[in-house]
Amino acid sequence: MKFRTLITAFVMLTMTTIAASADEMKMAVTTSFHNSGLAEILLPEIKKDLGLDVHLLVVGTGQALKLGQAGDVDAILVHSRAAEEAFVAKGFGSHRREIMYNDFILVGPKDDHAGILTVKTAADAMTLIAGKEAIFVSRGDDSGTHRKELALWKSAGLDPASFTGNWYRATGSGMGATLNTASAMNAYVFADRASWLNFGNKGELALLFSGDPVLFNQYAYIPINPEKHPHVTKELAAKLETWLVSAKAQRMIGDYEIAGQQLFTPNAGTLDSDS
Amino acid sequence: MNDLLAGLMAAIDLIIHLDRDLVEISLRSLQVTVTAVFIASLVGLPFGAWLAVTRFRYRRLAIALLNALMGLPPVVVGLVVYILLSRSGPFGVFNLLFTPTAMIIAQIIIVTPIIASLSHQSMRDLWYLYHDLLISIRTSKWQRMRTLLWDGRRSLLTATLTGFGRAIGEIGAIMIVGGNIDHLTRVLTTAIALEVGKGNFPLALGLGIVLIAMAILINLAIHILSRTEREGTW
Amino acid sequence: MVDSILPVVLDQAIVRKEGRQIVGPLNLTFGREGGCSILVGPNGAGKTTLLRLMHGLERASEGRVTWSARKDTVYARQSFVFQAPVVLRRSCLENIAYPLFVRGVQREKARAEAAKWIEDIGLAEVAHNDAHVLSGGEKQKLAMARALITKPDVLFLDEPTANLDGASTQEIERLIASAVQSGTRIVMATHDFGQARRLATDILFMYRGRIHEHAAADIFFGGPATDEAAKFMKGDLLI
Repeated sequence: MKFRTLITAFVMLTMTTIAASADEMKMAVTTSFHNSGLAEILLPEIKKDLGLDVHLLVVGTGQALKLGQAGDVDAILVHSRAAEEAFVAKGFGSHRREIMYNDFILVGPKDDHAGILTVKTAADAMTLIAGKEAIFVSRGDDSGTHRKELALWKSAGLDPASFTGNWYRATGSGMGATLNTASAMNAYVFADRASWLNFGNKGELALLFSGDPVLFNQYAYIPINPEKHPHVTKELAAKLETWLVSAKAQRMIGDYEIAGQQLFTPNAGTLDSDS
Repeated sequence: MNDLLAGLMAAIDLIIHLDRDLVEISLRSLQVTVTAVFIASLVGLPFGAWLAVTRFRYRRLAIALLNALMGLPPVVVGLVVYILLSRSGPFGVFNLLFTPTAMIIAQIIIVTPIIASLSHQSMRDLWYLYHDLLISIRTSKWQRMRTLLWDGRRSLLTATLTGFGRAIGEIGAIMIVGGNIDHLTRVLTTAIALEVGKGNFPLALGLGIVLIAMAILINLAIHILSRTEREGTW
Repeated sequence: MVDSILPVVLDQAIVRKEGRQIVGPLNLTFGREGGCSILVGPNGAGKTTLLRLMHGLERASEGRVTWSARKDTVYARQSFVFQAPVVLRRSCLENIAYPLFVRGVQREKARAEAAKWIEDIGLAEVAHNDAHVLSGGEKQKLAMARALITKPDVLFLDEPTANLDGASTQEIERLIASAVQSGTRIVMATHDFGQARRLATDILFMYRGRIHEHAAADIFFGGPATDEAAKFMKGDLLI
């Protein structure tokens, strides 16, 4: 009977399993870091130098911190300083190690009807956008980028919660989805440079404002505290940290370019806080 | 329109070159879904038959509940499985979060009610036909279930394939519990979401076409192998 | 082991459905004398319900149906053929062997026994074909073979030839006659007086849930004792 053969085939297919590899750890990273493509350069080198498979969970900073807090990852690489310091202070991370920074940018329609192209500071740009009520798409997902955007509104003396009309639109999604939305609405949007450069659906959007030092975006590496979660691979996390701050890794980070533009500036220093 | 065309070209390109990553994530999609659907069938099909032949006080309620569970929101399933499997959750010690096993568990939860409910519907119709005879022959409940399951196998296959269709295209739950980790838990649907996020529509569409083609091929293959719809009503 | 589950006794048996009395009160006995008892009577007289009541497919609302053996034996040694044959979605051979499978008979033995029957009903050629493609008459023959394969003490037949043509009817009647020969007690409902004349040893005339007349076949057909039966025989409408 053909039917029995079919069932047997199902069972056999079900039984196949994947072979497990040797050293592996999980690290939660932010969308902006992953979208830059830098991971695809670094991970093979890590595998080569350390024999370590780093499995990346690409999430927003908020979720990355949550994953670390629950002990579901061994380390996190995020960019939201205040939240990171709180995270370490609460004992979830053993310490915070700065690795590199990139920068945030303001993207908007090529005709720039809010006129932010020539302003001096990011706060001025935000004021102009709000004044013109130009359509602005926000991440709205409690990610590092979102938090930074909120900080900018605040520095301009504005509060998104009080915006009326429907020009301010929070998507509640990742950088890619938000850029897609902005592209479709021809709207202003706050993004990290790496995501923007790697973004394939730019449409009528262009980079309009960057360079204000407040837009610098510091990435830090935080191993999860083994005292909270004894199962985390402390040694592997430490090995990875040593590698990330090594001269070789720092040079690779500095050399990484998209379309001839440098994305990250390596600035690994001493430990930010010890436990 | 250009995007669609580009997507088609990307799909053709992926298939012609048998891109290694594509093969890997396609196989993982298949492995996760087939395993989940197989286990869900082991539970759901007999449960549907049991519901058809058993009369008990809260039967109507159970059936209504089962039908409602067909529409279980995957994101919620994903979140619940995530919380359960998280290191801080009750099953954290098994270290299953962000593994294909976690994805399989989530899909089983999503697909079992679908398979059970569809199984119940076809078993109920068959039981209506068989009822008098099987009672006349004094079959036990277990024998009734076995007879219904075997004689209704072709419609049960349809139920299983419906479950397969739902699972292979599912993303909400497996994104949360799988994490879309490259070379570990990335499957076709999460890869598509990733490419959409990068604004890389042609590749995303190409992967989507591969996914749909795979689902169609598997349905065709199984229908041909099992010779369903060969003749008449069953 | 008892040699027969008969006699079966109905004691003040009543079947009600949704408040309506369908059958009874009936006091009735079918003993071990063998033969073919035929129920006649207009539609709605309760023939089907009476058969189903004795076979245990209906429950007595009042009164009792008593067999002369233990319950598990009783139901193992009787069969039922329905007016519309119920065909399992499997091959002809498996259909006939099915009651043996259910009784735990070894698969191969059951199939061998079914093969004899399929030969007897002339369907050997299509033994391994799906049963649902058979004609109505062939399906009913299959149902007969399936009912007889367990060598029942009693076989209930509910208008088994109602939807069949002459040739198929003849075939079914042959099977019934040979079952009677081999000692199976037949209790059968029919609308076909010709058939009743050909097969019956005794006739039960049923009307509005009651047995109005129970007589040996030759006596009944010689002249019914009750007015209702006489009218029914003449073809008058009974209301």
